[in-house]
Amino acid sequence: MKTKLTLSKEYIKGLWENNPVFKQVLGMCPALAVTVSALNGIAMALATTFVLVFSSLIISTFRKLIPSQVRIAAYILIIATFVTLVDLIMKAQFPSLSKELGPYIPLIVVNCLILGRQEAFSSKNTVFRSVVDALGMGTGFLIALFVLGGIREILGSRTILGLQVLPDFYEPWLIMILPAGAFLTLGFLMGFLNTYTERKKRLEREAILKKHIKPISDTPINTVEA
Amino acid sequence: MKLLVHMLATLTIIGILSGGLLSEVSKWAKPKIALHRKAETEKAIFLVQPDAKSQKKIETVDFEIYRVFDENNDPIGYALPYEGNGFQGNIRLMVGVKNDLKEIVGLQVLEQTETPGLGTKVTEEPFTNQFVKLVAEPNVGWVKGAPPKKTNEVQTITGATISSKAIVDIVNGGLQKLRDVKNSGVEL
Repeated sequence: MKTKLTLSKEYIKGLWENNPVFKQVLGMCPALAVTVSALNGIAMALATTFVLVFSSLIISTFRKLIPSQVRIAAYILIIATFVTLVDLIMKAQFPSLSKELGPYIPLIVVNCLILGRQEAFSSKNTVFRSVVDALGMGTGFLIALFVLGGIREILGSRTILGLQVLPDFYEPWLIMILPAGAFLTLGFLMGFLNTYTERKKRLEREAILKKHIKPISDTPINTVEA
Repeated sequence: MKLLVHMLATLTIIGILSGGLLSEVSKWAKPKIALHRKAETEKAIFLVQPDAKSQKKIETVDFEIYRVFDENNDPIGYALPYEGNGFQGNIRLMVGVKNDLKEIVGLQVLEQTETPGLGTKVTEEPFTNQFVKLVAEPNVGWVKGAPPKKTNEVQTITGATISSKAIVDIVNGGLQKLRDVKNSGVEL
């Protein structure tokens, strides 16, 4: 049997190692579409996390009762229920936010991040573990959307969370708040993150190699020249 | 057979539970959502008719229109929500006119999906303020690249000509409809 991760590792893995946006490349539609501002990103991520956590809770609780032939249909039904719930609550309590996020809230139903976690994790793990995993993935999604939205908002409209951070003489890059800006930002971010991870891996490998090669390099080769 | 029953039972139970839960939540949310919508319309009415003190929906016609009154309860004009095509999607706006439908008092864009930074400028004051005290007879016209010379013209926004023209067209369409209704003798 596969060795189980500790609970904290189960949570942490969603933040970086398995980050839903940067590593798993899931949930791209909302990640690209709503991140015109940091606030929209946060709201979208919170809504998604809510749906993710509660669907994981329900699905992992009843995972042994749902016949595997109809599991996808059952998952979609459960997810759709929570999404509609979020949609109604947002419309009733936060009308302006709901107007901004508009059609993207109902689309959480088909967000592959949520269905993917149910299929890959909740349907095979205990309730507690599934909720922790969902929280981790939600946090990872939140970080990713906040960074994406933040960068686009700063460059595209000079502000972050509505506060002006760049001086007036800076001409906002309109493209950043257009759809193309989302692809550009995501592409550069992923590029940087992958370069960083690669570098880290290479350094680790070199460190290991050095440790083993050390006794050899200690032998006085240079004495020949001398 | 047993599996079939199991499958059907599972989906049915989930469906019933989900339906029940959602109808309860919807019962709670519906009145609140309606209230928000009403408050939003009301806010827009008083923005396009700054002198208005009260408003009333006109029920005798089959489209949405509001009669507005001043502090002495005298009717001073109308607030008309109207929509049409913009550059990319629908534009919904509210226009305030005087009783005789000859002069526009104010304009507010309620919903739009224009290009951010360009087309969205039609929602901002430099553009919408052009409609304040604008003559609407025989209709509203537009000019490009120069300040308007006639009293019934507005200047289009550079880089957003189509969006600007769309607004003018929607205003003209709405006012035309209002005139037609009024000329046909319906009490407004």
